[in-house]
Amino acid sequence: MISSVSRVLLPIVLALVVGGLILLALGKDPLAYYDYVLQRGLFNWSGFQQTVIRSSPLLLIASGLIVAFRAGIWNLGVDGQFLLAAVASAALAPVLILSLPSWLTIVICCVVSILAAMAWSLVPAFLKIRYGLNEIITTLMMTFLGISFANVLVKLPFNDPNNSVPQTMTLPVADRLGRLFDTTIHSGIIIALAAVFAVHFVMTRTAFGLRLQIVGANPRAAKHAGLSVGRLTYATFALSAGLVGLGGAAEILGVWGTMRADWNPAYGLLVVPLVFLARFNGIAVIGFTLFFAILMIGGESASRRLGVPNFYVLVLVALLLIFLALVEYLDHLSRQRKKA
Amino acid sequence: MGGLFTEIFVASLLFGAVTVGIPLLLAGLGEQISEKAGVLNIGIEGMMLMGAYGGFVVAYYTGSFWLGFLAGGVAGMVVASLMVLFCVILSMNQIVIGIALTIGAEGLTALLHHFQFSRTYPRLSQVPTLDIPGLKEIPVIGPAFFERHAIVYLAVLLVVFVAWLFRRTHIGLNLQAAGDKPAALDAAGVDVKLTRAGAVLSTGLLAGIGGAFMANVGAGLFVPHMIHGAGFIGIVLAMLARGHPFWVLLGAALFGGSLALTTALQVAGLNIPTDVVQMLPFAMVIVVLVLFARHSYLPPALALPYHRGER
Repeated sequence: MISSVSRVLLPIVLALVVGGLILLALGKDPLAYYDYVLQRGLFNWSGFQQTVIRSSPLLLIASGLIVAFRAGIWNLGVDGQFLLAAVASAALAPVLILSLPSWLTIVICCVVSILAAMAWSLVPAFLKIRYGLNEIITTLMMTFLGISFANVLVKLPFNDPNNSVPQTMTLPVADRLGRLFDTTIHSGIIIALAAVFAVHFVMTRTAFGLRLQIVGANPRAAKHAGLSVGRLTYATFALSAGLVGLGGAAEILGVWGTMRADWNPAYGLLVVPLVFLARFNGIAVIGFTLFFAILMIGGESASRRLGVPNFYVLVLVALLLIFLALVEYLDHLSRQRKKA
Repeated sequence: MGGLFTEIFVASLLFGAVTVGIPLLLAGLGEQISEKAGVLNIGIEGMMLMGAYGGFVVAYYTGSFWLGFLAGGVAGMVVASLMVLFCVILSMNQIVIGIALTIGAEGLTALLHHFQFSRTYPRLSQVPTLDIPGLKEIPVIGPAFFERHAIVYLAVLLVVFVAWLFRRTHIGLNLQAAGDKPAALDAAGVDVKLTRAGAVLSTGLLAGIGGAFMANVGAGLFVPHMIHGAGFIGIVLAMLARGHPFWVLLGAALFGGSLALTTALQVAGLNIPTDVVQMLPFAMVIVVLVLFARHSYLPPALALPYHRGER
């Protein structure tokens, strides 16, 4: 059997090695690249702060995915949910702040963002519950729709006419999410960590979480046990999308203060392997998210300095997923041999 | 509106519908073959992307559209062979690997494009056409349907071929059994994994050619992320077609037509933002699914790996 430590480390190491070989083939020095990424994403104070800031949306998305995956739902519509939630906050906050105190503005924006993301998950939930339609396809379709719809909203109804580039009005820096101590890190990371812990607690320690997991493991058994599978499925979609939406709100209220047209960080599918690496464990996902945020932040400055475009991170994520599944498969094989 | 539907407008609409519809048709047919055999091929988007890049590069450097389509098909099959290795032979999770292949192809094609062309987007020369004498003289319809690259006619003929394959051959029966009841196929002495591997590779071939068509004929150039969900729409077409190739053709025609309509309206001077145009196919998919979801059909053994002797 493969030990739990190497089950986690092996895919990461293999992905980094094979990714390095691809860099080599493209004529770049992989060691210099990884060294630069570490220096910039972890060992440099301003880089490290950016890494922590980047972790907040990733953690909130991860917690949303944990809820969904544990309940056996493939929510692959994260990007659409995230962007529509971001639009909601970006459109609302600069208006509300004119008449409301900043704490109330932030609370209202978060709630509206969460609702916006939930609304976007309603159609796939309905189609799955009513017609048993596979949510992988429907959430993907909704995400493509959502990305373009968010752009339409930013360019037309919520466009700031006083700005030459299409974007919403801007929330003043002073009214955004508070900064921690003397850093540039906004308090979104606290919200994100709280969400991850809360999700982990609810999913592993409460009757509600257990019910969701039963539906995920075997919907027919759940039905026989008298669980209302339809209602629990709606709840799963809503919770998952809501957490993703909170991530979109935090990104706008904490970092940008406005939303530009065509802004799409596309975190959705990138977080999927992290959640798998963590085996849907909320505590473990924190470490992987931090690792990945270092990679992203370091990779972004490496793309400017070393001429390796950030698309490379996509290749790494794909390799990570493949090796993850491969290690899982080998583990499964050795377990079976042991049994036989 | 009366002045809008001129002869030129309708002609360009039909022409656009064919251009947009062919890749969807190829993707839908390809996905249908995989799904019939019990493999949910989420990686089809990645196969199309690799096909688009491979097809474009080869067509660009050789100047031959045929070599481009060939390269696109091969590139799609390379991605498909990874899917075969991981999902069919090793029985790994089809959805995880499908996502991985799609993300990986997005990253890899963008990287390759960056290192090959830097920030330039070179264009191909005009598409050579195979004109059908007589038919091409028909006003409006002629230029849209009968003055096209020969691959367009082949793609439509392929629908007939796949329908024949499904209905009249042992291969078709084997495919269906691999998706409906793989254990029965195994008992009949047919290799389930080989059947599924063949199905996935055919999907890769068709998806790759479809991707190459999008790059070389549709756009005339390659841009990173250019497939933009066409592969996923192919999955929806296959889902709604319930195993019938002719329904895929109908679906591709409808989607192609509606997509071309918005572009044609834009050209005709209606002020629609591009984002609205991009929303349309996906909005249509959702509406179609809400209306017709109860009629969609997927084989019982879909996305389940086959292990001999397991129940």
